[in-house]
Amino acid sequence: MIYEDYDVAVIGAGHAGCEAALACARLGLKTIVFTVSVDSIAMMPCNPNIGGTSKGHLVREVDALGGEMGKNIDRTFIQSKMLNTSKGPAVHSLRAQADKKEYSASMRKILENTDNLTVRQDEVAEILVEECQGSCNGTELKTQNTENENNTDKSVIKKVNGVKTTSGNTYPCKAAIICTGVYLKARCIYGDVSHYTGPNGLPAANSLTASLIALGIDVRRFKTGTPARIDKRSIDFSKMEEQFGDEKIVPFSFENTSEDLERDQVSCWLTYTNEETHKIIRENIDRSPLFSGAIEGVGPRYCPSIEDKVMRFADKDRHQVFIEPEGNYTNEMYISGMSSSLPEDVQYQMYRSVPGLENAKIVRNAYAIEYDCINATELYPTLEFKNISGLFSAGQSNGSSGYEEAAAQGIIAGINAAMKLKGEDPLVLDRSDGYIGVLIDDLVTKETSEPYRMMTSRAEYRLLLRQDNADLRLSKYGYRVGLLSKERYEKTVEKQRIIDAEIERLKNTSVGTSENVLELLKSLGSTELTSGITLAELIRRPELSYFSIAPIDKKRPEIDETTAEQINIELKYEGYISRQIKQVEQYKKLEKKKIPADFDYDKVPSLRIEARQKLKKIKPVSIGQASRISGVSPADINVLVVFMKM
Amino acid sequence: MLDRFNNDTIAAICTGLTGSGINIIRISGEKAFEVADSIFVGKSGKKIAEMRNFSVNYGYIVDKSYNVDNVDNLSEETVDEVLLMKMQAPHSYTKEDVIEIDCHGGIIVTKKILGLILKNGARLAEPGEFTKRAFLNGRIDLSQAEAVIDIINAKSNLALKNSVQQLKGSVKKKIVEIREKLISKTAYIEAALDDPEHISLEGFTEENKNEFEEIAKDLKKLVDTFDEGRLLNEGINTCILGLPNAGKSSLLNALLNEERAIVTDIAGTTRDILRETVVFGDVVLNIIDTAGIRDTGDIIEKIGVDRAKKEAENADLILYVIDLNEGINNKDLEILEEIKDKKTIVVYNKSDLLPENGSVSLNAENAGNGSTGKTAITLSSKTGEGIEELKTMIKTLFYSGSINNSEDVLITNERHRELLSSALRSINNVINAVQDNVSEDFLTIDLMDAYETLGKIIGESVEDDLADRIFKDFCMGK
Repeated sequence: MIYEDYDVAVIGAGHAGCEAALACARLGLKTIVFTVSVDSIAMMPCNPNIGGTSKGHLVREVDALGGEMGKNIDRTFIQSKMLNTSKGPAVHSLRAQADKKEYSASMRKILENTDNLTVRQDEVAEILVEECQGSCNGTELKTQNTENENNTDKSVIKKVNGVKTTSGNTYPCKAAIICTGVYLKARCIYGDVSHYTGPNGLPAANSLTASLIALGIDVRRFKTGTPARIDKRSIDFSKMEEQFGDEKIVPFSFENTSEDLERDQVSCWLTYTNEETHKIIRENIDRSPLFSGAIEGVGPRYCPSIEDKVMRFADKDRHQVFIEPEGNYTNEMYISGMSSSLPEDVQYQMYRSVPGLENAKIVRNAYAIEYDCINATELYPTLEFKNISGLFSAGQSNGSSGYEEAAAQGIIAGINAAMKLKGEDPLVLDRSDGYIGVLIDDLVTKETSEPYRMMTSRAEYRLLLRQDNADLRLSKYGYRVGLLSKERYEKTVEKQRIIDAEIERLKNTSVGTSENVLELLKSLGSTELTSGITLAELIRRPELSYFSIAPIDKKRPEIDETTAEQINIELKYEGYISRQIKQVEQYKKLEKKKIPADFDYDKVPSLRIEARQKLKKIKPVSIGQASRISGVSPADINVLVVFMKM
Repeated sequence: MLDRFNNDTIAAICTGLTGSGINIIRISGEKAFEVADSIFVGKSGKKIAEMRNFSVNYGYIVDKSYNVDNVDNLSEETVDEVLLMKMQAPHSYTKEDVIEIDCHGGIIVTKKILGLILKNGARLAEPGEFTKRAFLNGRIDLSQAEAVIDIINAKSNLALKNSVQQLKGSVKKKIVEIREKLISKTAYIEAALDDPEHISLEGFTEENKNEFEEIAKDLKKLVDTFDEGRLLNEGINTCILGLPNAGKSSLLNALLNEERAIVTDIAGTTRDILRETVVFGDVVLNIIDTAGIRDTGDIIEKIGVDRAKKEAENADLILYVIDLNEGINNKDLEILEEIKDKKTIVVYNKSDLLPENGSVSLNAENAGNGSTGKTAITLSSKTGEGIEELKTMIKTLFYSGSINNSEDVLITNERHRELLSSALRSINNVINAVQDNVSEDFLTIDLMDAYETLGKIIGESVEDDLADRIFKDFCMGK
């Protein structure tokens, strides 16, 4: 049958799908989100936490744009911790342990109660497109013919007009967003056991890949893995170090305050592998499907299985293992640091060799999972396919990894599907706007050969892209597209105004060598003053801060703590920050040099062959993006600039 | 690479440097006038802004930064007498503000002027860059695009090839080595920042402080290596030192073949400092003759002596003159001890005055190898005997191999030196940051800057080096 018309169909209700669907629906579009299991909405099939280094930044950025992930983890965390607090503010990262079931249920509740949003349990098997010469006005549904595919005819434009489920029913829609995570032709493997299912035994989505290939989409196969879950009652925690949460909670969402989120927290536990563990692994390595070649997918280097770690880092005599609760509803504990695809009997021996796990009872085995994903260089930075109008893709199906990376892409894909249908300007964050910009630019520009994980080192302007100022950076975009309320936006504008005014005041307020000043400096171990100095200059001294000089700052206005923190950071790191601002200005110049979508690289003389091929394939939107494509040299960029007369 | 798209100010020698009498240097860009103002003193006293468009202006190129340590004693140095032409945007070849300088000092002076321009805010133009700008600014039409592209391609490839070739094996090796250190330190820090629960930075800066200082030292050495290129291009700053009346001025005259310095037999005649340029073969000596060093009560002469010491400090080469007939004395040894770190040749002068069966208190060989540890030579400024040997000795001391004084060497050297100095600045930032206890995530900003800058010298870009390195070296994550 053919269902009623929708504006947008979101395929998958994981972390990308939820943000995409919510964004579309909240922006007023009639949206349907498909999931293979309504009970698995926003499921966390791997680690039981949200955030972490650089991922925490993504969550706060999603929140600043008006997304749900930050609020949802604030509602459901059972431990919260700010990482890297001994380092500079740019690398402070928030991470929270989630109650997995609560997290999922809470997100489901949000989805189910959002206007314009329909949740549907079904598997999408096919993306329906119409092909039109020039403009696409036709409404007639046309099933993709896989055999007589003609992708080479440039005058033909494909445009999404519906999706079809495995049950053969059709949902007409104007845009579709692929958020299939690890479910496409998923296969779970450990030892010689292999199940053709998604994570946790959920059904895999086995049909859609063929439809994607028929649409001319380049499909690749990636791999990832998860460790075993162990019964809490079988663990001897006395042999482990307890890891507590922070006393003072920093919320993920800018809407929440520390006080809002006070609650009892659970602990995590730290233990280590040992020589015995490594010996077990080495002796059985030939039985690993990763080493025997039974797994063909490309796995991530940053998230290696324990056997990978032992083999590649043979000189390390131990590896850390974190034991993390999966939630308050269960005794299952996540064994972080020991993902594996070794056979069950080896897993059993291996886990039991770790101090505290001698009597461990495995609830779920560790396994590796293989899945199909797309090549994200086929996408514009809006996350829309360059060759298929109205088709977007976000999350792990784009070759990324991680819940947060998925959510970040989800909200951008959702916003851009909505902007397209509403005829408004798309939202493209660039590398100087936020980690989301870095993430998406990397995905659509560099052909990643493994699941892509966010890292702070990937953000070249990270001093500006702090987790603490995501609201100041991105609220304007969230408000412009319509996801962020006017009230929240104006609050941010006011915050910025206070920061600017206070910095101005501190730069223009001097203190002399009066007794109380000298006394305070002495007590803080700071060099004595011989003449007057501005408060700003004092704050810049390594041993002082905006907070510590408060006693000698008589005219300081009342400023809340998070705003004060901004003032302190901006002043203390002004030198580095202004350097990065200059770099950003340089960077923006190249980003502003746009390349038309239909630009013909064959017309440019003297481009090297490799560069020409890459440019034709990736179709960069700007000279800036072109310059980041590997295989395109500065000389090629010069040639392009000259030819395009920029 | 980004800076290639700036509208920054560029400069280059436009004539072929083929040894013609007049050379033209062109400066183009927003700051062209500003740069010119900082090195040009017009006879009319006008600033560039006050000159008429397309006017030709007579004046001097002066090095205002000359010897900054000694500003009180030395006035700015006049480099050359030139004609300067002003072309205001858009009425110029590039449609930007353009200054052209006609100079007539030959290769050495032309390069020196270019060096001054670069020091004052312009950057060396890429091959074909003036033409490229002319095209981008609409000065030449689209049909010429292809030709321009060919120029860019041909020349940038050539330049890269040259620059890589010109790097001596050992220099390249050293740069690769330093980059390796930089990326491995950076990767360690970044890995720890990304995975703080597995990798600790505790004690990292204390452990690596010395290594950062080593890197800075190595870079400094490399910058100095390129100073050899400078010596080649700009000349060896040579200082003639010695006790009063040892025959310093007569040695200068012998090298110059002309009576430039006032030579008398009254000790202390040379109160001022004489500067002369001597060219033999490919070697250029910028010779400074100083007042004889001695403890003196005469105030005017005292100034001369102080200055001599200062000059000696800044010299690349010291010719220390001793009257063979007087022999070496304690004062000489004292001075030689003071300059023991300098490249020095001990010149025993006045061999012509030596009696037939002359027994000298200390002969040259002994003085050279025994007492002073310096290379020594015996000669006569008066008869010219031994002067050629001295020249050969200088040549061997500075240039072991053959000398290749082509335009390309200058271009790459200038560029390399800029890059090396910039890398050194970055490392010094790191060292300062460590001293200030700045947290490690800031260090990597400068470490990566240095890494990137050095990469430009050997033609390697950064791409995804860092991420690859982190994954390769560190066991990350869950």
